[in-house]
Amino acid sequence: MNALDHVFISVLHKLAALVPASVQPLVSMLLIIAGLMAVFGTCFALTTILERKTLGRMQNRFGPNRVGPFGLFQPLADGVKMLIKEDIVPFSADKVVHFLAPVALTVPIWLAFSVLPFGRNMTAIELDSGILFFFAIGSASELAVFMAGWSSQNKYSLVGAMRAIAQMISYEVPLVLASVPVLIAASSLSLPDIVQAQSGFALGFVPRWNVFTPWGLAGFALFLTAAAAESNRCPFDLPEGESELIAGYLTEYSGFKYALFFLGEYLGLFAVTGLAVTLFLGGWQAPAKWLEWFPSWGWFGLKFSALIFLFIWARATLPRLRLDQLLTFAWKFLVPLALVNLVVAVAWWQSGAWQFASALEVRWLLGAGLLAVSYVWLGRGWNGGKSTLRQYSYAE
Amino acid sequence: MLGRGIIRGLIETGRNFCGSYHDPARLTTVQYPEEKLPPQENARTIPFLVYDGADPLAGLRCTACTICEQECPAHCILIVKDTVKKPDYLGKMQFHPKVFDIDIAVCMGCGICAEVCPFDSIKMDRVFELARDRRAMVFHKTDLAKSNEYFREIHPGEAAAVDVARAEEQRKAQAKKAAIPAPAPAAP
Repeated sequence: MNALDHVFISVLHKLAALVPASVQPLVSMLLIIAGLMAVFGTCFALTTILERKTLGRMQNRFGPNRVGPFGLFQPLADGVKMLIKEDIVPFSADKVVHFLAPVALTVPIWLAFSVLPFGRNMTAIELDSGILFFFAIGSASELAVFMAGWSSQNKYSLVGAMRAIAQMISYEVPLVLASVPVLIAASSLSLPDIVQAQSGFALGFVPRWNVFTPWGLAGFALFLTAAAAESNRCPFDLPEGESELIAGYLTEYSGFKYALFFLGEYLGLFAVTGLAVTLFLGGWQAPAKWLEWFPSWGWFGLKFSALIFLFIWARATLPRLRLDQLLTFAWKFLVPLALVNLVVAVAWWQSGAWQFASALEVRWLLGAGLLAVSYVWLGRGWNGGKSTLRQYSYAE
Repeated sequence: MLGRGIIRGLIETGRNFCGSYHDPARLTTVQYPEEKLPPQENARTIPFLVYDGADPLAGLRCTACTICEQECPAHCILIVKDTVKKPDYLGKMQFHPKVFDIDIAVCMGCGICAEVCPFDSIKMDRVFELARDRRAMVFHKTDLAKSNEYFREIHPGEAAAVDVARAEEQRKAQAKKAAIPAPAPAAP
């Protein structure tokens, strides 16, 4: 445990020591909040520019490169633009709800960061049921989205909000079901405990991360898919599909309120990505023994950035789904597969006591085989085999 | 199997991502203010007036016939005839424009003026950086006059044809001039 690993905690202790002991808990909490907001606010700004540049490169374009060196000051220019833009509230809008919606979206998402372990001993609130808190808080964003769509008094907003509700509620089921095996494996709901349960190395070199088990790998894929839908990322960004709905529930928002929605969307993605790192990629643990000199928060950051890049990559690749495809995908593919995964996880856990010679190989073969068979079978069912000509009732 | 298309797509975009860094030929964007595409001969933006010789105003081919003014669909040309006639390249006495204005904010670059001009005077230019910081979009004849050398440079084919035709006309006119006085002394 080196000094670099502890740098944030020691800075926090030194700053908190400057004030009288009676207000120290309050001050240290405020400092943590300020730190989280600073780090993830910067992360948001950087992600917007890097996402645009990456998308550009994936489409053989340059991406933004005009403001500052390599266009790196673009988020600054965007921020200034957002701040000084006129804030228009529609005449017939429900003014109070219209104002509250962006706030109601951003606040719970900031709260979700409080239970994530960003490094060794770096959890803001060590809740015993941290993951439960995370999902409970995360589902509050649905309310904010519907507030935005309802209060705007605009058909596009309302349709966008309805889609968002249908999508977020549907995808919350596979999201939670995919993370249940991890809770079984760790026998805990506390996120630091889940990270601790993934420490150590199997066979001397393979880290005991959940992703290196059959149920963990499938759960990771399911979790990422559901996470993309949960945070309205491409290819599941139907609620704001600009080709059909202008901007969905964001249609009547402008200026700083729009920026808040944008911020909330990215922060939601960050939070759920941080949870994916914690649940499946061993949190802040180093991938090998000899790499442990690198600070734990650095490992978290690296895994986090890799997953964010994966989301950007998927966005550059996949087209948007149709609404019925989206819901069918959740209920007829992801949820059954997550249930199968749960069975595999329990079987894996129960068969841990097997003692014969090649027990690990047999367990792997059984688990991965069951998952692969159900994946292929469910995938065929989802595709519907043959495509049939679509019947339009009203468009004739 | 479900997911094969997704993997293939991811490989394609990943290849683009890596390729665009080590192979600049993939990036088709022309970064405009720093680099520009080579100009095209058939590009046309706004009209200009061709002049011969060294003095732009004295050498204007325009005879203020106002055909272009009448034909212009956008009515962006304003011509005021001069009161005195001056000899043109054939020696004929012709009017010249006192005022020749084109409102380039209104001009739509259709090229009809250049098509109808019987004197090969008005031609289409290819300048395009015409943005102004104020509404000074009316070009006067001093702004519009450009030399025949410039015309040859931007439209080599058309300019060469015009030059040949004009030289032919000039030769005919001189031959006629030379032919008219010749029978006069023979009459008596």
